[in-house]
Amino acid sequence: MALAFDEFGRPFIIIKEQEQKTRLRGIEAQKANISAGKAVARILRTSLGPKGMDKMLQSPDGDVTITNDGATILEQMDVDNQIAKLMVELSRSQDYEIGDGTTGVVVMAGALLEQAEWLLERGIHPIRIAEGYEMASRIAVEHLERIAQRFDFGPTNIEPLVQTCMTTLSSKIVNRCKCALAEISVKAVLSVADLERKDVNLDLIKVEGKVGGKLEDTELIYGITVDKDMSHPQMPKKIEDAKIAILTCPFEPPKPKTKHKVEIDTVEKFQTLRQQEQKYFDDMVQKCKDVGATLVICQWGFDDEANHLLMHRNLPAVRWVGGVELELIAIATGGRIVPRFQELTPEKLGRAGLVREKSFGTTKDKMLYIEHCANSRAVTIFIRGGNKMMIEETKRSIHDALCVARNLIRNNSIVYGGGSAEISCSVAVETAADKYPGVEQYAIRAFADALDAIPMALAENSGLQPIETLSAVKSQQIKENNPHFGIDCNDVGTNDMCEQNVFETLIGKQQQILLATQVVKMILKIDDVISPSYY
Amino acid sequence: MAIEKILKDDASEEKGEMARMASFVGAIAISDLVKTTLGPKGMDKILQSTGRGREVTVTNDGATILKSLPIDNPAAKVLIDISKVQDDEVGDGTTSVVVLAGELLREAEKLVAAKIHPMTIISGYRMAAECARNALLQRVVDNKGNAEKFKSDLMKIAMTTLSSKILSQDKEHFAQLAVDAVMRLKGSTNLEAIQIIKKPGGSLKDSFLDEGFILDKKIGLGQPKRIENAKILVANTAMDTDKVKIYGARVRVDSMSKVAEIEGAEKEKMREKVQKIIAHGINCFVNRQLIYNFPEELFADAGILAIEHADFDGIERLALVTGGEIASTFDNPESVKLGHCKLIEEIMIGEDKLIHFSGVAMGQACTIVLRGASHHVLDEAERSLHDALCVLSQTVNDTRVLLGGGWPEMVMAKEVDELARKTPGKKSHAIEAFSRALLAIPTIIADNAGLDSADLVAQLRAEHHKEGCNAGIDVISGSVGNMADLGISESFKVKQAVLLSATEAAEMILRVDEIITCAPRKREDRM
Repeated sequence: MALAFDEFGRPFIIIKEQEQKTRLRGIEAQKANISAGKAVARILRTSLGPKGMDKMLQSPDGDVTITNDGATILEQMDVDNQIAKLMVELSRSQDYEIGDGTTGVVVMAGALLEQAEWLLERGIHPIRIAEGYEMASRIAVEHLERIAQRFDFGPTNIEPLVQTCMTTLSSKIVNRCKCALAEISVKAVLSVADLERKDVNLDLIKVEGKVGGKLEDTELIYGITVDKDMSHPQMPKKIEDAKIAILTCPFEPPKPKTKHKVEIDTVEKFQTLRQQEQKYFDDMVQKCKDVGATLVICQWGFDDEANHLLMHRNLPAVRWVGGVELELIAIATGGRIVPRFQELTPEKLGRAGLVREKSFGTTKDKMLYIEHCANSRAVTIFIRGGNKMMIEETKRSIHDALCVARNLIRNNSIVYGGGSAEISCSVAVETAADKYPGVEQYAIRAFADALDAIPMALAENSGLQPIETLSAVKSQQIKENNPHFGIDCNDVGTNDMCEQNVFETLIGKQQQILLATQVVKMILKIDDVISPSYY
Repeated sequence: MAIEKILKDDASEEKGEMARMASFVGAIAISDLVKTTLGPKGMDKILQSTGRGREVTVTNDGATILKSLPIDNPAAKVLIDISKVQDDEVGDGTTSVVVLAGELLREAEKLVAAKIHPMTIISGYRMAAECARNALLQRVVDNKGNAEKFKSDLMKIAMTTLSSKILSQDKEHFAQLAVDAVMRLKGSTNLEAIQIIKKPGGSLKDSFLDEGFILDKKIGLGQPKRIENAKILVANTAMDTDKVKIYGARVRVDSMSKVAEIEGAEKEKMREKVQKIIAHGINCFVNRQLIYNFPEELFADAGILAIEHADFDGIERLALVTGGEIASTFDNPESVKLGHCKLIEEIMIGEDKLIHFSGVAMGQACTIVLRGASHHVLDEAERSLHDALCVLSQTVNDTRVLLGGGWPEMVMAKEVDELARKTPGKKSHAIEAFSRALLAIPTIIADNAGLDSADLVAQLRAEHHKEGCNAGIDVISGSVGNMADLGISESFKVKQAVLLSATEAAEMILRVDEIITCAPRKREDRM
């Protein structure tokens, strides 16, 4: 294949060591790529929706993860195929951008690929398919905007936000107490949200988990928790109105970066050195005390001697606090991180109403709660649960819910869930298709069929007859000209999603369609795959 | 063309039925493994480690058994995890939780085979678990107000917990020990304050609770063996020459005489430190780190008892019981809090000399000295006692108590059965299955005791049909007995944790329809 002849008929090599490479070209390549993409989508298909199943993943080190979050499954799947990796990327970018709908986007892309395969078999050129998809996606996105609704919420009226978060959580294992968790997520987001700028910094929300207790014990703490305890066992366990010195320097004599030697050759020098050393410790502690700190949080460790001096001067201290936590504490308490003792001033201290140590269960686990901070913008969601996997999965679910709440604050448009938006788009795209002359018409129609895949998967996972249910809902939507009809996954009895309170964010849905189309376009445009072969 | 390979070479993927089967089989196998250890007549397991020592552990503690198993099946790992959490959280019921989860899955397997969707089973299980919990809540006894009765409750719980362990022969003795120890904690769950010292020799019955504090150390040579009205300084400091902590410092000398001078200065420094310590007006000094010969001699000269190299827990506990603070600098003797105790003396247990602090300021801490024929017995005794202490300390916080001997399971099963009859739809099958899984626990207890389980459980069910029945399995006489009369009790908190964690774990495994196992990480060959 990769062999050409020059004008004298001598062969020359275009691809090096071509015997060791496998190569797929043309329609073969496209088909192979499509089948890889479809295989990935097939794995995720059963995880879609409130009745979706979980996947159990065992990592190379033997750790077990149980999840139904699309992005997590794909990330841990140890995928080898190049195209499959693209799908993994797709789900990840949805995760970064929106945070939710990571499963849906892959299922959507899989359906688009499946339709493309049909079209390819009919002899339509891949580029034309890609273009048709592009047009169709534009129609769908515009249509979504038309059927979207806005709703009002405020710091007092959080009910609509909670409802949307509940839709997200209902597909996770935590759906037993989705109500409480949704409320926690919304409150957390609202307390860090900047409603003026419509922006939310999710970094300010820390999600911590500790094994044990019930899922219902999960709580929102207006403050920070640190998985550390006081450096000296006899320091007070509870400090009210704490003034916190946040230090990134160790309680140790300074270590200049330049190499130096202190030469000791006489007894006097030896003694001065010793005194100097003691003075260092004394000074450091005294400085903290002088500025009025009642709690020292230090990124580094400190010596037994310093520890005792602190204890002695009645200055509780926490050591080995991680950098991220330190920053959060600084934000929450309004303090400044102080890198040197000399720079410690009273203004740089953080303030918190209550700092307390709490112990759990029968083991020695202790955590430090810093609450009622001066600037309560940083919050912590503290998750309890039966086992480690449960906590990890809850963390992921809460992350999704937080993202959804954030997106709603950015843009308060919603569409209805339960597949209703997809069905409505599918109808719109189908009608629009007829207006396009040329081969693209087929691709646009195929796009409409692909959109049906999501409600179909929803129905299938919920144990309903997929084709029957879908066609019934579709005809209902057209007949009553109401885009709120979707799949009744929970067997409530009505398929009006407006009544069931199943919402999704508009940008989430739009992003799903756009991202899926983009990836499919990219896959369709590949007509040559060259990979090293090991056989 | 062939379907593209998606996963890496050694990774495997199991789907749908296969995945479900793999997880069912794994989980049920684990539950069967620990099943025989359940109940007062449960058997023990011998575990041999693959390590160099080939150490042997004999135990019937579920968490300990499962912790030591090398397991590959992912579903089995979920069960091991819940047992571990149960151990950390409430300390007991580690076997029950695994067995219940296993039984729930066994029932679920039958339902799946009968073409009921796992999601339906899960929602049924959830309803059933809620109902079972409410049933228990209605029947709990809370003797919080009545101290006398509460103490007897604690006693009963301790005896019930211990009766399934190696200590069952002397369960009254040990229950008394455990209750006394926990009552001293006055509501805190800090089990650190209870020290358990194991000394081989004697019999289990010779174990005793000591109100003071025992430190497993020897007294330095030439120092007083007995001190009355001791003032104790608890310290964590290096008693050799303090290392110079200023970075880059080093000693350079150019003649022998200078070496001698520096050495003299060092010695002087040590002496000064010792003087400072003595200036606290103490007659006992306990240090976490080593005390070298020279300071030791100085202490002996001053008539001070010096104890070196006490471990970290020991120091913290000692500080706790004597009310002193752990000191590391000694410049301000007036403000350092000293610990006090009435009497320090050296005592002998078996052949070993220990230091005994009695008449301590704070009565919270105490020491339990375990005696027994061999290390294995002692280890198992410690685990059993630990379980009992955990349960008791949790019960002190949450004073609700239930009867034992399969009674709670029967109560729950009855309520859940009733719920199943009222629920329409496929869920009712799942709810019924839940009740069957609950019944499996008394069945297993009876089976392990070599009794006719079918007959006994049927009798129990009939008994429980009456209102306010207290019937359970009396393993000793092999018949149905009144649990209230027999004094068999369990803590509500433990039962609730068992019920909820087992349901959660079963749910988690049921939800899985695909298992993807990554290729095991390749180990670099170390030549």
